[in-house]
Order: sequence, then C-alpha cells, then structure tokens
Amino acid sequence: MTDISASITREYEPTFGDYFALLKPRVMSLVVFTALVGLLVAPVSLHPVEAFAAILFIAVGAGASGALNMWYDADIDAVMRRTAKRPVPSGRVEPGEALAIGVGLSGISVVMLALATNLLAAFLLAFTILFYAVVYTMWLKRSTPQNIVIGGAAGAFPPLIGWVAATGSVSVEAVLMFAVIFMWTPPHFWALALFMRSDYDDAGVPMLTVTHGRKSTRNHILAYTVLLAPVPVWLALTSIGGPVTMLVAVALNAWFLWGAYQIWRRDEVMSEADNFKVEKAFFRFSLYYLFVHFGALLVDYALKAGGVI
Amino acid sequence: MDLKATHELHQRRLSRNVGVALTLVSFVAVVFGLTVVKVTSGEAVQGFDHTVRTELLPVENN
Repeated sequence: MTDISASITREYEPTFGDYFALLKPRVMSLVVFTALVGLLVAPVSLHPVEAFAAILFIAVGAGASGALNMWYDADIDAVMRRTAKRPVPSGRVEPGEALAIGVGLSGISVVMLALATNLLAAFLLAFTILFYAVVYTMWLKRSTPQNIVIGGAAGAFPPLIGWVAATGSVSVEAVLMFAVIFMWTPPHFWALALFMRSDYDDAGVPMLTVTHGRKSTRNHILAYTVLLAPVPVWLALTSIGGPVTMLVAVALNAWFLWGAYQIWRRDEVMSEADNFKVEKAFFRFSLYYLFVHFGALLVDYALKAGGVI
Repeated sequence: MDLKATHELHQRRLSRNVGVALTLVSFVAVVFGLTVVKVTSGEAVQGFDHTVRTELLPVENN
C-alpha cells in the first residue's frame, strides 16, 4: 500500500498537458502566425517586448475560446471520432475546470492586451472570444448549416487584431487580411465534410452535406472559391502587398479555382470511384493556402525593409 | 506500510504543479518586461494628482 489512497479525490488526475490541450494548440499555431504577420506588416512598429506580449495574449485569448468551446461541446465531441479524445469528453478534465480556465484566461488575455497595446485591440479580442464561444459554439453551430461561414469569422480576426495592436485603428489592409481567412474557411471545411462522411451526422451537427445535400455542397465550394479569389489579389495591390504577394495570390487562387471547378463537376459516383481523390487534394492544398499567402506578405515586408523593392 | 513510494498519480500532479509554476513565472516576467518598456519609452509617466505640474505642460517657444 502506498500513501496514495489517502489523497485520491478523483478517478483521473489531469496533467499540465491535459489542460494545455484545452487551448487547441494546433489552431493556436495558425492564430499566432497570422496575428504576427498582421502586426509586422503594419506601418507602425511596436517595441519587441510589446509585440511579443501582444501575440502571446492574442494566442491565449484564442486558446481560452477553445477551452470554452470544449466545455460547451463536450456532448457532441464525445460522439465524433475526430474529437472523442479531447480532454473533456475523454474524462481527463472536468467540464467545470474547462469553463473556469476558459473564462479566467479570457479575462487575463483581454486585460493584458489592453495594457500591452491599446483598447481597440483588446475590444476586438473580447469580441472574437465572445463571438466564437457564444454566437458560434452555443448558438449557430447546432442550428444552421451556415455555421462554418459564421465560425470562420472568429478564426479570421487574429491578423486584424495584430494590425490594430500595432496601429490602433482598422484599415483596408487589415479588413482584407480578415476577408482572406473568412472566405477561405467554408471551402476548406466543406471539402473535408465531403470525404469525412458520418461524423457530423452522428453528432447531430447540421452540415451542408446533410441538410442541403452533397451536390449543393459542391456548388457552395465553387461559389465561395470564386468569391475568395479576388480578395488576396486586392490585398496584393494595397500598401502591404508586393510582387511576391501578387504572384502567390494569382498562382494559388488559379489552382484553388481549378480544384473547386473539378469538385463542382464531379458527382458522388466519380468521387467514390477514386476515393475522393480530388476532394482530398483540394483540402490538403487549402491547409497550405493560408500559410503561403501570409508568408508571402512577410516576404514582401522583408524585401521592402531590406530596400530590395 | 510504505508511505514513501511514488505513485504514477504523484508524477501527474508534479507535472501539473511544475507547469503552473513555470506559467506563473513566465507571466510575471512578461508583466515586468512590459512595465520596463512602458516606463522607459519616453512618455510622461506622472499621473494627475490634483495639483498643477508645470513640468508636464507643453514647452512654449517664445
């Protein structure tokens, strides 16, 4: 016998990693990268310590909204294969703990971002957390197949917040960075929904593939990709764009449009015959799409800073 | 009865405690760093305290 029997208060004692997993670290990496680009390409530069703090607290805010999402969605996460191993549905973290961590970190991140940078950036971060946790998670995710479109807005805010943290105001460049992510999200997720078939049905989450059918989903992917294509090109024409951004915007969107057109042209028989090859390729490409676009903005920024262009 | 054996549960608690400690120390470091940067950034740092402070008024060049 060990002295453990005297101190057991629950079946499983979570590790630090279990709590960290509540913050959705993989989503956070995209948040950190896009927020950093938004902050760096802005015409006003922050002190490195302020910039570091700004990115850190934007990331913590995003993590907090992830924890709130996991607290509220534990019931549907438990049903879906992709999410069943998350800390709350797997029983490693109590729902109340996830809620407390989500609320606590939300408060800390917003107050600290206000102190480190400015009130508008902090307000936008608070709005993003509220939007993701309440409007998306609690309300629209379970009630409309357009949930992906609305949820995409929450993911699109980080570069805008990064920009506002540096400049203190919103401008057309910041809005266009927001628009790129916002318009990219629906085709990205709907392509996934085409070949990850049963998960969302089992959980009762309305997905376009189920509510409007798979043909309609293919139409939607093409429509959103057509609407997305001009946005990065427009971004390349603004003060933060440059030749690299323009080249990347034209090449990537031409490829993306071609992929969406092929998805639109195909039917279920064709897709099942080659095991959703085109849909899977489109989805994989969409994962790199944002990183490459925002990377191109950084390259142009570096070329301008170095006096090359 | 052996009360000294380390249970796997103790290791998990240790990981949690060390993690929280490092997080708090990092947070203190960030707040301290921010404070130093804000204070030394050259802006007026004296607050209004109900008396006029001439040194805070804009300099007039006559």
